[in-house]
Amino acid sequence: MTAYLLKRLAIALITLVLASMVVFAVLEIIPGDPARLMLGMNASADQVELLRNQMGLNAPLAARYLHWAGGLLSLDFGRSYTYSVPVIDLVRERIVVSLPLALIALALSTIIAIPVGLFSVGRHGRAGDTIAMGAAQLGVAVPNFWFALMLIYLFAVWLRLVPAGGFPGWSAGVWPALKSLVLPAIALALPQAAILARVTRSALIEVLNEDYIRTARAKGLPYRAVLWRHALRNAMIPVLTILGLQFAFLLAGTIIIENVFYLPGLGRLVFQAITQRDLIVVESVVMLLVAAVIAVNLLVDLSYAVVDPRLRSRQ
Amino acid sequence: MSLLEIEKLSLTIGDTPILRDVELAVAPGEVMGLVGESGSGKSITALTVMRLLPWAARASGRVVFDGIDILAASEDQMCALRGDDIGMVFQEPMTALNPVKTIGEQVAEGIRWHTRASRADAEDRARKMLDRVGLPAAQFPLSRYPHELSGGQRQRVVIAIACALKPKLLIADEPTTALDVVLQAQILDLLRDLVSENRMGLLLISHDLAVVTEMAERITILRHGEVMEAGDTARTLSEQLHPYTRQLAQASMHVPARARTNEVGQDNPMLQAKPLLQVESVTRDYPGRRKSLLKRAVPTRAVDDVSFSIDPGQSVALVGRSGCGKSTLARMVLALDGPTSGTIRFRGEVITDKSEAELKPARRDMQVVFQDPYGSFDPRQKVEKLVAEPLHVLDKRPTNAERREMVAKALHEVGLGPRDMDKYPHEFSGGQRQRLSIARAIITRPKLVVADEPVSALDVSIRAQILDLFAELNQKLGVAYLFITHDLTVARAITDQVMIMHAGKIVERGRTSAVLDHPQSEAAKALVAAAPDLHRAIARRLQEQG
Repeated sequence: MTAYLLKRLAIALITLVLASMVVFAVLEIIPGDPARLMLGMNASADQVELLRNQMGLNAPLAARYLHWAGGLLSLDFGRSYTYSVPVIDLVRERIVVSLPLALIALALSTIIAIPVGLFSVGRHGRAGDTIAMGAAQLGVAVPNFWFALMLIYLFAVWLRLVPAGGFPGWSAGVWPALKSLVLPAIALALPQAAILARVTRSALIEVLNEDYIRTARAKGLPYRAVLWRHALRNAMIPVLTILGLQFAFLLAGTIIIENVFYLPGLGRLVFQAITQRDLIVVESVVMLLVAAVIAVNLLVDLSYAVVDPRLRSRQ
Repeated sequence: MSLLEIEKLSLTIGDTPILRDVELAVAPGEVMGLVGESGSGKSITALTVMRLLPWAARASGRVVFDGIDILAASEDQMCALRGDDIGMVFQEPMTALNPVKTIGEQVAEGIRWHTRASRADAEDRARKMLDRVGLPAAQFPLSRYPHELSGGQRQRVVIAIACALKPKLLIADEPTTALDVVLQAQILDLLRDLVSENRMGLLLISHDLAVVTEMAERITILRHGEVMEAGDTARTLSEQLHPYTRQLAQASMHVPARARTNEVGQDNPMLQAKPLLQVESVTRDYPGRRKSLLKRAVPTRAVDDVSFSIDPGQSVALVGRSGCGKSTLARMVLALDGPTSGTIRFRGEVITDKSEAELKPARRDMQVVFQDPYGSFDPRQKVEKLVAEPLHVLDKRPTNAERREMVAKALHEVGLGPRDMDKYPHEFSGGQRQRLSIARAIITRPKLVVADEPVSALDVSIRAQILDLFAELNQKLGVAYLFITHDLTVARAITDQVMIMHAGKIVERGRTSAVLDHPQSEAAKALVAAAPDLHRAIARRLQEQG
């Protein structure tokens, strides 16, 4: 178990270092001079050169990488070119929106998907299964912003239960803040739940064909008990894999939903930074997301070991 | 009064009839053997009694267990019967246990479910049951997971699950087919003891007549879903009144006619030539499991200082229990794996530590036939391409016409027609597929064919045919065989020499009949004693009955 843990941890760290190199290199290659952008088109070459020196843009590549990477370790991401504030402050403001949103959406998608998968398998090939999987197919096909618009129309405009958009901030109280995250979370969760339900169903169907399911049935357990006690845990590995990928997406891939609901999240921050060539912000947020994805994958790897004893005893 | 009574049981799946008018009865304390070849409906009969049939199956007739009409019982009634009054043991112990649950949980689960016992009580009973099946607490605590157990140990756990509540009837569907002969004998002993302890009825399903004869007082022979013959085991098999019974019995004991057997040291000039294969003090270590981060892992020695040679045209059996290292040795002979130390010479040339390009000429002269005729072909390729596969090791690429001709010839040699070339593997039966793998093996005219359990997945009648084919090709083409098997009947039928392997070493070698009739080493004695033998079993039964 320890060996497995340490190996996974080492792989995660190496991946993180390699990813930081790639992120840094890619942004070096893209044309566009941040100093020129900050000073505007009318600035003289001397002025630009002066600012480049101030910003450390003229230092050798390796030195700049080390400086940047060192900063990352101490959570000093540098200053935004456009906002002229520390990047960390920008990120901190946004992450309190994006992280809860992602977590709520993830929880919702799991809560919807696994029961739907179980329901579907229990009625394998019958009407209930067909309807559930048809709905899931629809959920995968329909873009989430359309769901978002429908949700706004139904719950915000018509029933007036929740605000149609915007985020009051956590200082306005937990309940109002949560209320403004509910619709975006549902809109994000539905398509994810649809995918997850299909994965759960197919994983369960595969597991139910295994010999040990027959052994469990021969013990006298009813079908339902076999499904819950024996099949579900064995079907968890593919489900966990997809969950890990979905979390990464939910954290960063939410630009459209954040725009629909006017949420000041990480997705919008990156989007704005890219359009404004605020490379330092882009770099930092991308690195942060990379770290989050790697951390989640590490978590998924560890949860495999919790689910499957065979992984625990393997090197 | 019978415990289980099956009358006029017919069953269809979709429009396909599977069983027709099957009659069968098991009394308390009795062992009933149900014998038949694959597809004869043995397993479906068992699953009908458990009511664990596929969705599309429709059964008619009468199945009465202990006064309960099984076919009419509700699902709740069946759940109450399964695992309590009727237990079932399956063929494949490697996959029969849930990999994510401990053996304790899995044995205790049925006990808790049926008796509503507390967890502690159920675990207590599970512990006693595991002790009873030969898995003592010291080595096999309840917290062990299935993957930490060998096949034989897992089958004991499955038996513990099935017998935990002292069922009135145990159904064992090929319980020992996946195990080596020594384990088989142990598991059969265990089943026999459980039957006499609790006056349990046992429905033993097997394709192996010898196993059934050793175990069962009465026998039912199924073919294509119909009962061919049923009655007292010894009488049925000794009189062999029914033609199908005779066919089965003869196929089980079949020994191919071999005109010329190769003895080492005979005055045959061809045999005095250099050996075809020389294995010289070969050892193979596998990295072991590291117990702690600080200590170095102790490697596992799969093959330990093995030396032997095979002469051209000689047929040699490599016999041993599962895990003794025979497959590792075979992989090294085929240059698919390199030894840790030692050398292997083929046709006088060293084949260890060579690159694939250097091995090409050697590869042409050695081919392999695997155990599973279903898994060893790409289902999307035609026979022509599959059988022609080894031709890429030839120096000169054959033209398409030449290739077709070679494939046709190889197919002819294994008893298939040229028209079979354009078919796909799924169009062939298991026996025909094994013929295809043999055709694939002989197409390059090899000097050595390594066959890894080539008939153990086949039914007895087909197995007899395949053994004949091996014998015939040995005579006709002069190809040498290395037969890897745990089945002594196969070794006896087709090989001149036998090597007994145990714990990575070859512990005995000699003329097949000599070694099998008068084994010297402990390992060989154990194998011979455990191997079921139909002649012996029938004789013993007749003697018992007087």
